[in-house]
Amino acid sequence: MIIEGFIALYIFMLAAFTGYEIISKVPVILHTPLMSGSNFVHGIVLVGTMVALGHATTPLEQAIGFVAVILAAGNAVGGYVVTERMLEMFKTSKKDDKKGDNA
Amino acid sequence: MSLIINLAYFAAAVLFIVGLKQMSSPTTARPGIMWAGVGMVLATLVTFVHPEVSGGVNYTLIVLGIVIGGGLAWWSGKKVAMTDMPQMIALYNGMGGGAAAGIGAIYLLQATPETVSNTGLAIATTGSLIGSVAFSGSLVAYAKLQGLMKKTFHFPGQQVVNIAIFAITVILGFMLATGGGEIGSATLLLFFILSLAFGILMTLPIGGADMPVVISLYNALTGLAVGLKGIVLDNPALMIAGIVVGAAGTLLTQLMAKAMNRPIKNILFSQFGGSSGGAEEAIEGTMKEIQANDAGIMMAFAEKVIIVPGYGMAVAQAQHKIWEFTQLLQKRGVDVKFAIHPVAGRMPGHMNVLLAEAGVPYDIIFDLDEINEEFKTADVAMVIGANDVVNPVARTNPDSPIYGMPILNADQAHNVICVKRGKGSGFSGIENHLFYADNNQMLYGDGQKVAAELVASVKALG
Repeated sequence: MIIEGFIALYIFMLAAFTGYEIISKVPVILHTPLMSGSNFVHGIVLVGTMVALGHATTPLEQAIGFVAVILAAGNAVGGYVVTERMLEMFKTSKKDDKKGDNA
Repeated sequence: MSLIINLAYFAAAVLFIVGLKQMSSPTTARPGIMWAGVGMVLATLVTFVHPEVSGGVNYTLIVLGIVIGGGLAWWSGKKVAMTDMPQMIALYNGMGGGAAAGIGAIYLLQATPETVSNTGLAIATTGSLIGSVAFSGSLVAYAKLQGLMKKTFHFPGQQVVNIAIFAITVILGFMLATGGGEIGSATLLLFFILSLAFGILMTLPIGGADMPVVISLYNALTGLAVGLKGIVLDNPALMIAGIVVGAAGTLLTQLMAKAMNRPIKNILFSQFGGSSGGAEEAIEGTMKEIQANDAGIMMAFAEKVIIVPGYGMAVAQAQHKIWEFTQLLQKRGVDVKFAIHPVAGRMPGHMNVLLAEAGVPYDIIFDLDEINEEFKTADVAMVIGANDVVNPVARTNPDSPIYGMPILNADQAHNVICVKRGKGSGFSGIENHLFYADNNQMLYGDGQKVAAELVASVKALG
């Protein structure tokens, strides 16, 4: 075990404050992309499902793990694609910067 | 090898935080999501050599799962229309919650008295409950916003039933957590079924207007569930990313609820607009009509025009024409600004995305606090596809259900033009007193058609 007892609690607390601080300065115009972006970040659950499926031993565990990997991959990839699509569109009128249209 | 894995997870955690931080400004938001993406790829790749991952069949299933899930999400994410973005986020979020619940199920199935502690079991059980609720709840939210489920769902004693189900689920969870690894499969199955049922039952009575706040809440819950799984799996990357999102999501939920003037408690445990909501004030004045041509000319000769777009504009797909109209006005030297109410789209910031899609630069788009004082100096305020967010009764009538909601003071402009498809009240079913004001004129018609006529009228001036 890397994370022992109370250390986990400290990480928990610091991560919570970090999340709170990051968001508190975000303008309203970015709320939807940001919700989508944070949705992408918890797609890291994919790593967890890979480990869980990786040490599955019975067919039932494998089946659950397989579905979990599909769901997690959907969360990560889908979250990234929609966030990227939204953020790509934000432009300023001051300079006509590159129009990277790949949708 | 374990050093490389740990370094990669550490790097991923840093990249996620940096990425989210960069997403707090429009200029750096795009690199932000890309850095977070790099972190995700890094963490995923090193997990293939994780010491706990073994077995040919398991490897095959992992690769297959990533290809199937990732492929479907890539395809659907590229295809989805910007107006449908909220429900898509709900769907992807629900998938994450389901994945977290799946991890919990495997952990609990594998638990034996020798390998687990009660603390580990308790955390795994809590994470599974939260993940399951986020999963089934998000799917209901998706179905509602997608129009697959039109009605809200009420039955007598609903709250009592919900509380009872929740209580039984918690008791079952307590049994799982304190069983010391001796877990009955019947208990486990019932626990997951009830967790999922609770997510559904909790979300069913909530109306479509409140759904964005609920999606945001489930987003935070999924983050929390993922963080808890990180503790169970002893994986710091999961822990940090999950908790950061859990905290950020909670704050975002509060900000949204505040913008909509709907306390989270009311959204989750009560209904909106069920009754008429107090006495309606008698409305004075009459509605006056204006033709698109006259409206276009009025704005062409104005000095300052503020456009108030609402979801109706996006539904009519009028934003591109409105931007064309704006550019024509700008060429004539008119100062044009867009005023966005926090709930102008389906969730805070959604309207900005829709305008950005049409090509409107974000520096002429202002939110409520920035622009509300400017309406007094505007020659024309054009309200298109919005209703409740400009209804002055929110300021004046304490009996109104929307009383206290911050609104855009479009009524203070010298002239107001309301573009509307037909007569009738808004989303909340409340009469809009602005429509009857002396300085207001109604422009009836489909948003896109009206916008095209406005463009034509300005072009005709040469």
